[in-house]
Amino acid sequence: MLSFILRRVLGMLPTLLVISAVCFLVIKLQPGSFTDQYLEDPRFTRETAAAISRQLGLDQPPVAQYFHWLGGVLTRFDFGYSFLQNRPVVTVIGELLGWTVFIALLTLLLSWVIAVPLGIYTAFNRHSASSQVIGVLGYLGLAIPDFLAALLIVAVVLRLGGTNVGGLFSPKYIDAPWSWARVLDLLNHLWIPVVAVGLEGVAGLMRQMRASMLDVLGQDYVRTARAKGAPQRRVIWRHAVRNAINPLISLAGLSLPTLISGTIIISIVLNLPTIGPLLYDSLVNKDQYMALTLLMFSAALLLLGNLLADIALAWADPRVRYS
Amino acid sequence: MTTLAAPEAKSASTLSMAWRRYRKSRLGVLGGWVLAALYLTALFAGFLSPYSITTQHQGHEYQPPSRLHLVGKGGLSWPFVYGTRESRDPVTFARKSVDDPSVQLPVRLLVRGEPYRFFGLQSDLHLFGVPLAQGGSPQVFYFPFGTDQLGRDLLSRTLVGGQVSLTVGLIGVVISFAIGILMGGISGYYGGLTDTLIQRLIEVLLSFPRLPILLALSTLIPPRWPSTWVYLGIVAVLALIGWAGLARVLRGQVLTLRSLDYVSAAQAIGARDLRIILRHITPNLSSFLLVTATLALPGFVLGESALSFLGLGIKEPMTSWGLLLADARREGFQTLNLYPWLLLPGLFLVITILAFNFFGDALRDAADTQTRL
Repeated sequence: MLSFILRRVLGMLPTLLVISAVCFLVIKLQPGSFTDQYLEDPRFTRETAAAISRQLGLDQPPVAQYFHWLGGVLTRFDFGYSFLQNRPVVTVIGELLGWTVFIALLTLLLSWVIAVPLGIYTAFNRHSASSQVIGVLGYLGLAIPDFLAALLIVAVVLRLGGTNVGGLFSPKYIDAPWSWARVLDLLNHLWIPVVAVGLEGVAGLMRQMRASMLDVLGQDYVRTARAKGAPQRRVIWRHAVRNAINPLISLAGLSLPTLISGTIIISIVLNLPTIGPLLYDSLVNKDQYMALTLLMFSAALLLLGNLLADIALAWADPRVRYS
Repeated sequence: MTTLAAPEAKSASTLSMAWRRYRKSRLGVLGGWVLAALYLTALFAGFLSPYSITTQHQGHEYQPPSRLHLVGKGGLSWPFVYGTRESRDPVTFARKSVDDPSVQLPVRLLVRGEPYRFFGLQSDLHLFGVPLAQGGSPQVFYFPFGTDQLGRDLLSRTLVGGQVSLTVGLIGVVISFAIGILMGGISGYYGGLTDTLIQRLIEVLLSFPRLPILLALSTLIPPRWPSTWVYLGIVAVLALIGWAGLARVLRGQVLTLRSLDYVSAAQAIGARDLRIILRHITPNLSSFLLVTATLALPGFVLGESALSFLGLGIKEPMTSWGLLLADARREGFQTLNLYPWLLLPGLFLVITILAFNFFGDALRDAADTQTRL
């Protein structure tokens, strides 16, 4: 098991290296450079702009810049310097990492808690009216883009007289110490991004769970379990669900990209303190090391998520071996 | 001894059986019709929209959707709209336009309005609208979806924006499938080092969450480009991301087809490799490709709308549903609260995605020859 994880993690490194090179290439292909904004500013002379450019190392050829950055990462775990924020990239990302991972994980957890029972329910009551309604809602959930879902929820909340939209805290709680009131305030804000990001995942997982459950219910061992007189509850949970859930575990790894993408766009819409707005600003303003690190980071998160899904699958399904 | 019924003279062809399976899915058929209707409205957007998408109606900024009235002074009448006059909100003193019931003008069919171009033809005929004002009376407008911050008609903008949103997916899928077929075909057909290299490339492309790499690539489009070029750039960006998943699946399919007799036969008579991939192997995957393309289309439409929504996609004076939705939060969340009709283009977006999903699912079932219904 340990050697499997180690081998997989080591296998990621070359991929990440290629990804970083590709990302840097893309960033360098952007028209213009960070110092262009100074050229339009009458307070800066051409010489000052050139001096800033030299100071930031932007006058060197791109290949040299890339290897300088790579050297820093490998030797000092230094992911470069954010031109926009005037701080090291690691510090800036470190501040926002907690909320990013928290929102993504919470969404993942909640979408499982909601989608799996719904999938089981609709598989067992295939022709009931409530299942049909849930099915239609599922189709809608897949069809509404996450940013539109966020806008719709915000519009409805505002119409109903609510004010807890955007950000994670009300103004008076932003710098307050943790208390029950603050947690409640957080939950009051948090449900909007979680619902908006999770909508697609819930719909997809539910459909998958339903299909997988229907597959399993037709299997011989379910009939055998029923024939030997096992109680219905035991047949459902021990025999059917236990087997039907395996394909979903590998799907959880596949749902990560949408989750990360969703968190990014929703954070931009709702002004959440995650890496989403940071990525957008750094790309638009050519804050190259910040953009590069964030792109790498999202790719690494995805690779890591896939690894975790594989480990979870091997843990849940004894037929899967580490190989 | 009874006579056996004569066997049917002609057995149903594969295509007609697929058609029968498709017809069985009611939602799929509905989705197909909705899509046909959407693309037709996009084609005739100039004729269907009452105004030009760039005309700014002064004094009508952020006007809510005009209500169509049927009951006038003398009982039931031809649908008409009220004129508007300017007034101030008694509490906030904000300027707003209110209905003026003393002015009533009928909404006519086939009226002459602002000129537009249709396949190079100049025309000013619109399906409906309020005729131009005669003499000194003020012009009355009919805005079924209301107007935006510059007083531009939202219905017209939605219809014309549909041209962009609906075609981006179509063109993007075609380009991305061309790349995907070629790369997947080469990878599966040749194997060896070529295969390994292409597979590594696909792996790198697939290990990005979609949105970050879309954002990064769309910043490559120079801001100075005219909007037509930007449109092509966005299509190219979407296609560049989209082909990887397809190429991976296709490679597997080609691997199995490669060892079949007719491929060996083609090789034996000396056909070139590219010809074998494109003329012998690909046609056998046509139904698979068609279904995959239909199911991939919503992703392209959503990708474009997300980019445009974030301001990195289509730019003015062109418009698309994503760009129109960006207007809904132009001045923060208050815009959403005060002018909720700006979300109407989102309805079109959702209907399009729903229709594509239903249609694609039905096509998949129709192309599936294994399970009998």
